Amino acid sequence: MSSNIYDFSTLTGSIHAWLSGLMSTGWVTFTEMVLVGLAFLLMYALLGLFLVYAERKVCAFMQNRVGPNRVGPYGIIQTIADLIKLLMKELIPIRKSDPLLFNLAPFIVIICSFLALAALPYAKGLQAIDFNIGVFYVMAVSSLSVVGILIAGWSSNSKYSLIGAMRSGAQIVSYELSVGLSLLAIVVFAGTMQLSGIVESQADGWWIFKGHIPAVISFIIFLIASTAEINRGPFDLAEAESELTAGFHTEYSGIKFAFFFLAEYMNMFIVAALGATVFLGGWMPFHVGHWEGFNNIMDYIPSVVWFFSKTFFLIWVIMWFKWTFPRLRIDQLLTLEWKYLLPISLFNIVFIAFIVLMGWHF
Amino acid sequence: MESESLILFFIVALILVGGAIIFSTLVAPSSLNPVKSEPYECGIPSEGPAWIQFNVGYYLFAIIYLVFDVETVFLFPWGVVMKSIGMRAFIEIIIFFFILGLGLLYAWKKGALKWV
Repeated sequence: MSSNIYDFSTLTGSIHAWLSGLMSTGWVTFTEMVLVGLAFLLMYALLGLFLVYAERKVCAFMQNRVGPNRVGPYGIIQTIADLIKLLMKELIPIRKSDPLLFNLAPFIVIICSFLALAALPYAKGLQAIDFNIGVFYVMAVSSLSVVGILIAGWSSNSKYSLIGAMRSGAQIVSYELSVGLSLLAIVVFAGTMQLSGIVESQADGWWIFKGHIPAVISFIIFLIASTAEINRGPFDLAEAESELTAGFHTEYSGIKFAFFFLAEYMNMFIVAALGATVFLGGWMPFHVGHWEGFNNIMDYIPSVVWFFSKTFFLIWVIMWFKWTFPRLRIDQLLTLEWKYLLPISLFNIVFIAFIVLMGWHF
Repeated sequence: MESESLILFFIVALILVGGAIIFSTLVAPSSLNPVKSEPYECGIPSEGPAWIQFNVGYYLFAIIYLVFDVETVFLFPWGVVMKSIGMRAFIEIIIFFFILGLGLLYAWKKGALKWV
């Protein structure tokens, strides 16, 4: 039923066989590593550029504007122009800052988001590292970026940066709990933490449909908590421009600022991809019960298209949040997490465990 | 193709950031002056260092977080085996959540969840 005709493992297998015919085993491994590294670097850069462009266009249409439209058709090379501009800008060292930590912070935020990309299943047979603790790994690595944010804010020796970093720290660690508990709900259903295993378990229906109402509650909590975890509006207190100038990256200039910006968008992609994989079936096509004809047509859409369309849908929802809701205050933010989301997710887990115990899920 | 491959991703990310910063320092202009390298503070001369005392509330939330996060880490192995163990795992988790919930209630009653 779930026989997807676009399997990337045949492609990677044939590349491996072709390389093996050309050189010895050690060189094959080396070449493959270089290829994988280059592919991810390219994907990282392209996704970053595209997401910044998409954010501007979405924001513009929500505010009844046109958005970037001068550089290239529909302004599609606007972000490339901006990237070149940022590369040419002066890197200003701050006089009383801590130079080592100040320069280290962009490395930390970028490395964390890059490492998380390694474990995501992009399509059938297209996954760099298939950890057996995949969900846990992506969660752990993506939440490490709070260290980079705290270091950036503290080392700048600016009051705005420090307040932004402290707020961001409190916010990210708090919402980390709800993200973890909402993902745990699906781990209980699927009985595995391996991302490819979770995707396989959704061959006959996505967890958001199979898991009754608790799965829907988990999904909503996941969306709210992950929006807060990546510092996106309405939870963007860490860089609230009307009170803190730019929050933790006020003192950064040029390409170092660009890296914080890029990391924010890549974290948004990672969170959306994780949500799509765990709740919305990853690269699995959409199937409806016994409609064989409909299901066969859906199978003809490549798995990579399914994955990216679900991911970009979630990204669009997160952007929609940002441009629709007003920013929360820090006490409201913490109240929402500790007095609402956390108790609800705890009860939800018990409820889900009961459903699994009774075998009521499909 | 296991966890050692993470070193590859680490190195690629390092090259991405390091390369771009080195390239930027080579092509970008540089004209420093004392005023430019001051930390930003509304355009007026900055008053004292930023490394000062801040609200203790952040610390309180970090402490509560630490407790709950360790609990969440313990829950993941439980989640994986819940299906296969069944009834016993369910009773265990109810006891676990009861104690955890008491902890949250205690923090709540003590006013640790109130922002001051």
